[in-house]
Amino acid sequence: MTTKTRNLVLTLAAVGVAYVVIFIIDNHLDAYKIRILNLIAINAILAVSLNFIYGFGGMFSLGHSGFMAIGAYTSALLILSPAQKEMMWMLQDVAWPFSVLQTPFWFSLIAGGFVAAAFSLVIALPVLRLGGDYLGIATLGFAEIIRVLIVNWASITNGSLGIKGIPPHATLYVNYTCLFVTLYCIVRLLHSNFGNVIKAIRDDEIAAKVMGINTFRYRVLAFCVGAFFAGIGGALQGNLITTIDPNMFTFLLTYNVLMIVVAGGLGSITGSIIGSIIITVMLEWLRIADSAFSIGGLTIPGVPGMRMVIFAVALLAIILYRREGIMGMHEFSWNWLFGRGRGNK
Amino acid sequence: MFLQQFFNALTLGSLYGLIAIGYTMVYGILRLINFAHGDMLMLGAYFLFFGTVAFHLPWGVAVVVAIVAVSMFGIFVDWVAYRPLRKAPRISALISAIAVSFFIESLAVVLFSGLPRPVYQPDWLITPFTVGSSRLIPMTLVVPVVALVLVGILLWVVYRTKPGLAMRGISHDIETTRLLGVRVDRIIAMTFGIGTALAAASGIMWALRYPSIQPYMGVFPGMKAFIAAVFGGIGSIPGAMIGGLCLGFIEIMAVYFLPTLSGYRDAFAFVLLVAVLLFKPTGLFGQRLEEKI
Repeated sequence: MTTKTRNLVLTLAAVGVAYVVIFIIDNHLDAYKIRILNLIAINAILAVSLNFIYGFGGMFSLGHSGFMAIGAYTSALLILSPAQKEMMWMLQDVAWPFSVLQTPFWFSLIAGGFVAAAFSLVIALPVLRLGGDYLGIATLGFAEIIRVLIVNWASITNGSLGIKGIPPHATLYVNYTCLFVTLYCIVRLLHSNFGNVIKAIRDDEIAAKVMGINTFRYRVLAFCVGAFFAGIGGALQGNLITTIDPNMFTFLLTYNVLMIVVAGGLGSITGSIIGSIIITVMLEWLRIADSAFSIGGLTIPGVPGMRMVIFAVALLAIILYRREGIMGMHEFSWNWLFGRGRGNK
Repeated sequence: MFLQQFFNALTLGSLYGLIAIGYTMVYGILRLINFAHGDMLMLGAYFLFFGTVAFHLPWGVAVVVAIVAVSMFGIFVDWVAYRPLRKAPRISALISAIAVSFFIESLAVVLFSGLPRPVYQPDWLITPFTVGSSRLIPMTLVVPVVALVLVGILLWVVYRTKPGLAMRGISHDIETTRLLGVRVDRIIAMTFGIGTALAAASGIMWALRYPSIQPYMGVFPGMKAFIAAVFGGIGSIPGAMIGGLCLGFIEIMAVYFLPTLSGYRDAFAFVLLVAVLLFKPTGLFGQRLEEKI
C-alpha cells in the first residue's frame, strides 16, 4: 500500500467516523449543544474561506459579512414558496423572478455561493488592481453597501423587516457535509498549481510577476473562490437561525471570523478549524461574563456586552504576543502523524 | 434652500476633512490604516457629554478636557498596540488596529451603554437666523471656521516647526531620520496625539451638529473620512481637507438634487472610492508611492 492510498483510506475512514459521531450526537445531545456544534461547522467554513483569501492569497479582505449576507438572502429567497413571500412582503410587492421561483435547498445553497462570488467580482476588479492597502477599507465599505442595499431594495429583500420562517434545513449532517466539501475543495485548490501561484503572489508579488504570472487574474480568482464559500456559510447560517435581517450582517460578524483565522494561524487550514472550535465554544462560555455569577459567595454582577470586550482583548493579545496563532503555517497531515514516530518526513 | 444646503455640506465636509487629516498623517508616516481613528471621534463626543452632564464642567472647559483626554488616549493606543509591531509585517499592525477599534467600541457599549444619548447644544450655536429666503444656524458657519483655523495651525506645525520637519522626514524615510538623531517614536506619538486631537474636535462638533451619540457613531464617519483622505491623495494634509469637503458636498448635494437617492447616502463614499482607485489611484494631491524591490 503506497502512502497515497493509505492517506486516502485514512481520510475516508476519518470522515466515516465523523458521520457516526454526528449520528450519535444528533440523537443524544440537547438542542443547545447541537446548536453550538452547528455554529462550529459554519464558522469553520467561513474561517477557511477567509483564510484562503487572506492567509493564502495575501489579500486583506474585510468583506465577509457582505458575502454572507448575499448568500443568506439568495438562499432564503429561493427556498421560500411564492405564497410565503407574498405574505411577508408588507412594504412592497415581491419583485419578479423571486415572486414565482422556488428551488430545493441544495440548489439555493449553491446559488447563494455563486451570487456572492459574482458580487465579489464587482469589488475585486477595481480594488485588486492596486496594492493591498486599500483593500481592507474598500471591502469593509462594500459589506456596508450591501447592507444599505438590502435595507433599501425592499421589493427583493423585504427591507429592514428581514425574512422570517426560513425552513431549518441546516442540520448537523448538512453543515458538516458542507464543511467537508469545502475543506476538500480548498485543500485540493491549495495543492494544485493555482494554490502554488497564489502563495507565490502572497510571498512576493513582484517576483511572481517577473515569472510571467498574471497576478491580477489569479488574485481576483482567489478572492472569488473565498467569497463563494463565504456565501455558502452565510446561506447555512440563515437556514440555521431561520430568520435573517440586515442588522445581522454588520462588520462585527467579519471581525468574528477574522479573530478565528488569526487565532488559528494565518495560512493554516488546520488552524482555522481548531480556531473555530475554540472561539465558538469560548464565545458561548463567555456568556457567563454577561450575566451575574458568583464565586465563593461573592456575587459579581453581570455586565451585558462584557464578552465582546474580553474577545477584543484576546484578539489584541494574540496579535501582540503570538502573531502566528495556534498553528502558525503548519498543517495536520497523515504523513506528519506517522512520520513523527519513524523519524522521517 | 440652496444656501442652507451649501452650508450643511460645508459643515459635513469640514468634519470629514478633520478626521481625514488624522488618517492621512498616520498613513503617511507608518503606512498604517488606523481603524481605531473613527472611534476617537466617538470618544470625543462621549467625553464632552460626561464632562458636562456627570462632572458639571463649564461647557468650554469640558470641550478642552475632552480633546486633551482623547489625544492622550490616542498616544496610549499607539504605545500599547502599534509600537510593539513597528518591525512586524504591516498586516499585523492592521489587525491590531482592528482589534483596538473593536475593543473601544465594545468597551463603550459596556461603559456608556448602547443606547443613544442626547447632547446639549449651546443656544448660541443653534438659534437660527435668516439670510434672504434661507434659515441658517450659526453652527454651520462656526464649524467650517473652526476647522479652517485648526488646519491652519496644523499646517504651521508641520511646515514651520522642527517637530513638523521631523514628521515629514519620517514619512520620507524612517531609518535615515532616526540616524539624523530624531527620536522617531516620540515624533510618531506626537503625530498620533495631533491626529487624535483633531478627530476628537470633529467628534465634538459632530455631536453638536447631529446631537445623538452612540458607541458605533464613529464607524461610518471614520470609513468615509479615510476615503476622503484617499481621494485627496494619502499623505497630503491639504488633500485630506479638500477630499473631506468634496465628500461632504457630494453627499449633501446628491440627496438635495436627487431626493430618491437619500436611502443610499452612505454608499456614495464607497462608489467614490472605487472611482478614485480606478481613474486616479494617487488621489488629487498624492505622490506615487514606488514599490520597493
